[in-house]
Amino acid sequence: MVEADLTTAREAPLREADSPRDSAVACFGADKPLKLDAGVELSPFQVAYKTYGTLNAERSNAVLVCHALSGDQHVASEHPITGKGGWWETMVGPGRPIDLERYFVICPNVIGACMGSTGPSSTNPATGKPWGLDFPVITIRDMVRAQAMLLDHLGIESLFAVAGGSMGGMQVLQWAASYPERVFTALPIGCATRHSAQNIAFHEVGRQAIMADPEWRGGRYLLEGTNPRRGLAVARMGAHITYLSDAALHRKFGRKFQDRENPTFSFDADFEVESYLRHQGISFVERFDANSYLYLTRAMDYFDLAADYDGLVANAFKNSPTRFCVISFTSDWLFPTVESRAIVHALNAAGARVSFAEIVTDKGHDAFLLDEPELFAIVRGFLDGARKARGLSGPR
Amino acid sequence: MNMLTRPDPALANIARNAGGARVDLVLVADMVERGAKVLDVGCGDGELLRLLGETRAVDGRGIELSREGVNDSVAKGLAVIQGDADTDLADYPDDAFDYVILSQTLQATRHPRVVLEHMLRIGRHAIVSFPNFGHWTVRLQLLFAGHMPQTDMLPYSWYNTPNIHHCTIKDFVQLCSEIGVKMEKAVALNAWGTPLRLNAPWWFWNLFGEQAVFLLSRKG
Repeated sequence: MVEADLTTAREAPLREADSPRDSAVACFGADKPLKLDAGVELSPFQVAYKTYGTLNAERSNAVLVCHALSGDQHVASEHPITGKGGWWETMVGPGRPIDLERYFVICPNVIGACMGSTGPSSTNPATGKPWGLDFPVITIRDMVRAQAMLLDHLGIESLFAVAGGSMGGMQVLQWAASYPERVFTALPIGCATRHSAQNIAFHEVGRQAIMADPEWRGGRYLLEGTNPRRGLAVARMGAHITYLSDAALHRKFGRKFQDRENPTFSFDADFEVESYLRHQGISFVERFDANSYLYLTRAMDYFDLAADYDGLVANAFKNSPTRFCVISFTSDWLFPTVESRAIVHALNAAGARVSFAEIVTDKGHDAFLLDEPELFAIVRGFLDGARKARGLSGPR
Repeated sequence: MNMLTRPDPALANIARNAGGARVDLVLVADMVERGAKVLDVGCGDGELLRLLGETRAVDGRGIELSREGVNDSVAKGLAVIQGDADTDLADYPDDAFDYVILSQTLQATRHPRVVLEHMLRIGRHAIVSFPNFGHWTVRLQLLFAGHMPQTDMLPYSWYNTPNIHHCTIKDFVQLCSEIGVKMEKAVALNAWGTPLRLNAPWWFWNLFGEQAVFLLSRKG
């Protein structure tokens, strides 16, 4: 049964928020508040981040990697909680397309998340208790503002590249719009300039699953010693389906039974696909905070780049000096190719330099995280071309 | 047909010295000013854009229908997007480019006239190269063999060809005249990739030119 399975998840809620393991932390005091779109200031606040590779003498080989909804700063090294490898090790590493022998990679945890950057599970300095729902609602632009402050803190004026998929891709677009002079190349992958009604609808189902869990306690579970793990697991299970595709699910699981020959005529996880989804739900609860899930899905819902530029995305990229590489996947129905085409259309209308490729795969939205040789070849080729154009030297 | 200008001797030299690159691509490249902003419509695997980047230092962009072509081009570091000449040129603003190039693609478009008009709206100049359906080998195949012509430049069978709007040099010149386009340069290549002799009359071009390259601009 779902309940029996999901209760195997860790009893205590996640607490990486204040002092994250294996991460650097930049603290911004009262003199450097984060001005939020919600109209309030967040202060003090902190950004947890990881860096990889070596910054060159000209400080010109920095690549910012933006993580997705369920990601974090551990892009190319072991995760301190799960012990698994980095979430984008296929893309970022020595000899990989984002080559750590050439580039200095910075991956920050976004504001509102739960792996060390200030978010709802962080301690509210005003009360000494976790923020919970008192944490202000944040936007993609707020995340990017905080990242820009991190770069100032690190003394990095301009980025050779900003790359990310899904919610990370939204940050990439926001970076290019907000700080065009700081972004030499931008790689928004599997994303859109605004969240669609269907995607907002999926997020709402996830949020309602969390809030329907009696252990959520109006968002005060950290204070009350409970953990809405079932709600968060169900939210993750639902979302995870949207990251795959019918074809991929059929290929991986079909209608195969899990460890049995015949149906049990019960609500056990008879099918492999059920067992797989429950596993996804449970393992997510191990490393993610339920309130952060609410805040980050909200930030994605609110993302609408055109709204800040008189209703025209092209205005966001007017006279942009940035070189763009937009990538989509044929089986991605969460951020379908038509969304990437809209980005390309706007960039063309703005006269920006843009490349666009659609990659054939049945792996759905998650393809950007998986072994897709064509994706790697395109990113590598695009960055190589840009590196020559910029006359970029190596780290030494 | 006086508007058809004579081949430029400089272009002829370029063509003879083409070396490894395809002669028609070299001819196209030589019509482009250094450092210009160029859109290559139907850029294939990006060979012309690469040549233009190396020899002309252009700011080049491409549109290509085939996914393989796009991905090959982007992996070469070129700014190429997947798109369709027939539908996507309408999205580009006026005067966005110095040159818009249609290399060996005109005959595969659904609306060649509309495409040509868009090219001259988006760019100050248009460069068009296409296989000449008036070439003598084509004419002879239809006349004597009685089947749809197949040549090195037009290798497809009638049932699987992407080329749906064949035209002759004469037809193309007629279209340019109809839409009020100024012809700045024209070159026809024979079956060996050599430019036809300078003083040849237009009918000679239409019969012996296997392919043609035109540099066009808006009138006035």
